[in-house]
Amino acid sequence: MEYFLELVFSGLTRGSIYALIALGYTMVYGIIGLINFAHGEIYMIGAFTALIIATVLNMYGLPLPAVLILAAIAAIVWSAAYGFTVERVAYRPLRGAPRLSPLISAIGMSIFLQNYVMLAQTPNFLPFPTLIPEPAFLEPIASMVGTTDLTILLVTTVVMVLLTLLIKFTRTGKAMRATSQDRTMAFLVGVNVDTVISITFVIGSSLAAIGGVLIASHIGQINFYIGFIAGIKAFTAAVLGGIGSIPGAVLGSFVLGLTESFATGYVSSAYEDVFAFSLLVLILIFRPAGLLGKASIEKV
Amino acid sequence: MAKSGKIFPVLASAALLVASVSPSFAAAPIKIGVAGAHSGDLASYGLPTLKGAELVVKDVNAKGGIKGELVELVLVDEQCKPEAAANVATKLVSDNVKAVIGHTCSGPTKAALPIYRDAGIVAISPSATTPELTQSGEYKYFFRTIASDDRQARTMTDFVLEKLAPKKIAILHDKGDYGLGLATYARKFIGESGKAEVVLFEGITVGQVDFSAVIQKIKRSGAEVVIFGGYHPEASKLVSQMRKKRLDAIFVSDDGAKDEAFIKVAGKDAEGVYATGPTDTTKNPLTIEYREKFKKAEGADPGSFFDNGIAATLAIINALDKAKSFTADDVATALRSEKVDTPFGEISFDEHGDPVGIGFNMFVVKDGQYVTAE
Repeated sequence: MEYFLELVFSGLTRGSIYALIALGYTMVYGIIGLINFAHGEIYMIGAFTALIIATVLNMYGLPLPAVLILAAIAAIVWSAAYGFTVERVAYRPLRGAPRLSPLISAIGMSIFLQNYVMLAQTPNFLPFPTLIPEPAFLEPIASMVGTTDLTILLVTTVVMVLLTLLIKFTRTGKAMRATSQDRTMAFLVGVNVDTVISITFVIGSSLAAIGGVLIASHIGQINFYIGFIAGIKAFTAAVLGGIGSIPGAVLGSFVLGLTESFATGYVSSAYEDVFAFSLLVLILIFRPAGLLGKASIEKV
Repeated sequence: MAKSGKIFPVLASAALLVASVSPSFAAAPIKIGVAGAHSGDLASYGLPTLKGAELVVKDVNAKGGIKGELVELVLVDEQCKPEAAANVATKLVSDNVKAVIGHTCSGPTKAALPIYRDAGIVAISPSATTPELTQSGEYKYFFRTIASDDRQARTMTDFVLEKLAPKKIAILHDKGDYGLGLATYARKFIGESGKAEVVLFEGITVGQVDFSAVIQKIKRSGAEVVIFGGYHPEASKLVSQMRKKRLDAIFVSDDGAKDEAFIKVAGKDAEGVYATGPTDTTKNPLTIEYREKFKKAEGADPGSFFDNGIAATLAIINALDKAKSFTADDVATALRSEKVDTPFGEISFDEHGDPVGIGFNMFVVKDGQYVTAE
């Protein structure tokens, strides 16, 4: 039973890591129907920003929680700026183009950002400091779930709830939903579509930055390539849950994380991907739109 | 290097490039064959050995040669192609060489060895690493001055079983050629020793963000030592996450993790981690001496297996000098019993023909640095 619980927590930790990145993917897709392949790179840039800021702040001897919060804020601001710029440079000029064009542009942006960070920073792995303190009262459960794991789990849940509230109950959210349903119509009734899309990217990139800080703190090392690998799994999770759906991204991530964890625990870690992707295929056969996705007729 | 060549029967005879160096004014010079890839795709593996042998022989002849006779090298090229190797081997036999330095690749070495054995000629390879060449016991006149492919796993498991003496061992690998190969050998050696049990043998996914599931599995298996075959990014992730999950099993890894980057990234979790690494040759005076000589002659740094080539030549010349006669049995006995100074330090050979003193050492992280483990 204890082993089962340990595997559940492993799966939830992994799932919430996927979810933090998947949320940004699914949100952008939900609003403008674009798979933003550069999302993983924004996450990576967030991690790098946090590393630089945290290193500087640590030199001044600030307490750990202050370092964490300041580094996270810096990462959010910087990543959001990148997300905004990427949208401006790579996607907005292609607004009217066929769907394939922005997709290719996104892949190009992803490769560009990876190489840019590799050249501007370093091709090597860098150590990432543990920014989340480990209080003594959590020691009894440390062998099962760490403070960082719990923080990621908590942040993922909070972010999911906040995003859902934002989209359901605010003016911006309403504008986002309108843009998502029919961009031309939304424009005709006075929604500033470009601003809405920019806001979407800024929010998505901020989420990626939060993910970058927390996940890098969990892994303890970063390099220019981490965004690509994390992005692939998060994208899989978003598709599994139903791309475009915010609770779906979280659900899909947890399903993926738990599947991998149990596959490792009861079969072999060599087969975790086999189980994860077999599950994806099965779900897509029976629910082509994903677990919580709405089956929609392709707009022409 | 375990590369075997393609089939090129027509080129085989053309590859028989035979040349002789050093003046042959002595009455009966002692001939030593140098066989390997001296041209073609893999020449960069064979040429440094050839150049190294020439440098050593030049010095030996300047000092009067072996037992008063000058040494003459017979160079034959087989481009790392097994079918050409049989031809050049026959050629060397008919040239009446006393010993052969070579071959470069494992495939050609395997093809040539029966010919040398039947003719009673000692062969010493600087670069053929396939374990069976020595361990099969079929070629009692074969030696090498490079560690065989399983040597690293052997060094690692010997150390773990003798010094750490666990009852249960978990083995992880990164599913790659290098990591999986090492892990497979480690499992085999531990199984054969019967001293410990391999309770877990699994591959992990490179780039994965979280390894806690497999760590919980290790914890449940009760392993006291975790052996990891792979490279430093996964090694540091694994060891850090193990410590976070309060699993304090001893972490043992390979040359892929014996990297400054591992210590830098894993930080305090790196302390007490064991890793195997090749014997350091860069500070050896012989290494420095021959590297400088090569640079002076060729104007460039020597390539792969240069030190190994120097070691092979020094060892074979030393053995010919010390042996009672030039028969293969006497030369082989001399190789096994006489220690010789090489770029790797003092080496000798075990009963299989594998070098003692060339290979891997165990290191441990202490105060943020890899030091030799006792």
